[in-house]
Amino acid sequence: MADTLDARMKHLRSRSPQNAKDGLAPDRQSIDLEPLAEDPGKRGFTRRSFLSGLGAAGVLAGAAPLAAAAPLVEPATEDQTDSAGTGNVTLRINGKDYALRNLDPRATLLDTLRERIHLTGTKKGCDHGQCGACTVHVNGRRVNSCLSFALMHEGDEITTIEGLGQPGNLHPMQAAFVEHDGYQCGYCTSGQIMSAVALLKEPIGESEDDVKQAMSGNICRCGAYTNILAAVKQVRSRA
Amino acid sequence: METFSYVKAPSIDKALASAAEAKFIAGGTTLVDLMKLSVEIPKTLVDINLLPLDKIEKLPNAGLRIGAMVRNSDLAWNTDVQKSYAVLSEALLSGASPQLRNMATTGGNLLQRTRCAYFREPSAGTPGGYGCNKRTPGTGCAALDGFNRTHAVLGTSEHCIATHPSDMCVAMAALEAVIHVEGPKGKRSIAFADFHKLPGDTPQIENTLEPGELITHVDLPRPVEGAKSTYLKLRDRASYEFALASAAVVARVEGGHIRYVRVAMGGVGTKPWRSHEAEAALMGKPANASTFKAAAEVALAKAKPQKDNAFKIELARRCLVRSLKTATA
Repeated sequence: MADTLDARMKHLRSRSPQNAKDGLAPDRQSIDLEPLAEDPGKRGFTRRSFLSGLGAAGVLAGAAPLAAAAPLVEPATEDQTDSAGTGNVTLRINGKDYALRNLDPRATLLDTLRERIHLTGTKKGCDHGQCGACTVHVNGRRVNSCLSFALMHEGDEITTIEGLGQPGNLHPMQAAFVEHDGYQCGYCTSGQIMSAVALLKEPIGESEDDVKQAMSGNICRCGAYTNILAAVKQVRSRA
Repeated sequence: METFSYVKAPSIDKALASAAEAKFIAGGTTLVDLMKLSVEIPKTLVDINLLPLDKIEKLPNAGLRIGAMVRNSDLAWNTDVQKSYAVLSEALLSGASPQLRNMATTGGNLLQRTRCAYFREPSAGTPGGYGCNKRTPGTGCAALDGFNRTHAVLGTSEHCIATHPSDMCVAMAALEAVIHVEGPKGKRSIAFADFHKLPGDTPQIENTLEPGELITHVDLPRPVEGAKSTYLKLRDRASYEFALASAAVVARVEGGHIRYVRVAMGGVGTKPWRSHEAEAALMGKPANASTFKAAAEVALAKAKPQKDNAFKIELARRCLVRSLKTATA
């Protein structure tokens, strides 16, 4: 019912155009200069760069509500290890260190990944730990990145879908999702895959019901469950 | 979300020193969620994830000591817990999702807050918002006249009918766990039954923790020799959903008669609901269907249904009967 529907939609509403300058949030301009993030230009048109270009027309305008205050992302250096109370934190993501300065303490790990570091493979669904779209691995275990503040993750080893595999070098679970058509719209897919990879190392049972149970923290509104299950079962049987 | 200052505590002493006016954050699964809804508005968050409270250790008395920072999944999959306290493992694995269980801690689960939709509504307890005495005492309870299908039937008051959501706590009630805390006035221990409070006319006070107190660990007594235990959870879908009714049972049967039994119920009470009435109706009686049915009757005898949740009374009875059957088989 009313529960949190209103709150769930809030992050969509709060994308006010005031952060947008010429269609680009200030931090996006800076991130493009960073060696840490891939330059979308190198790969020609991407879906995201295309959508970003539409920002002036009001689509996804200024999609960086938390990051606007202090958008610098810098490579880590030795003397930036103190995170307590300063809003400075070094996050280790997919084997790379990202030194973030003046991070708003309210920035969740999810928002930080997406809006500061621009690893947008991790998706924001409900933002309340109810859908699993934001699932990433922290120290090898799957968690909901929407329910954790980024400042809490100094020293943690974080893996996102981008770190799992890339086009041409897919993780077996990614390949299995492609093979079994384990998605329709694709929005839940990165969370599904992060969960599916994590469960390979969890002490769950052998049965199909065990897999369903272990995947139940990831909701798919399209209802691709049958194909997701087939993909997970295939990878489990080959592991 | 209102802003806050963030402190990472390197030790228990430092955590306690920072605790005035602060909230401790561990897994964050309840607190971050409720901060986004403006239900929790802490001025300071003290991050306790570095504290050395993440061990599960055997006690000299053959009980088990569970650190407050032990994650729900680690507790559920601990071999001692699975072997000697199956009810706790089963309860934990029936709760939330694997991701949330990897985050949520033992101490945090004790402080889990209700899923009452009116309580969770951002404007509740504010002028123009739903009444919620838990959010703002004196503003009323919108659930009383509202949609209350998931609300409690036991331990309610005219001020609050919110259900306690935890599965872990129901198992710990049946296991008679002891909660250890440390605070400005030193250390103390709290019997599980005394930890959570009934809403009465102060539903905003949910437990007996004093300001600044930190849960350090939970002790389980030595396993009852020869006893079996089980947790059964009934809900609207098979996984990733809160209980409509649940039951935790620890029982030992000798010669066909019940010689030891502990019963607790979830999904129906305003706190984890230990049923001394059911236990009294079971002790010494033959372990059979009519005994179980009689126990289920007395367990729900004082249940008070609301407009939408009368079904819970019969559901809880059947849940308890089934659990007793399993635990005594």
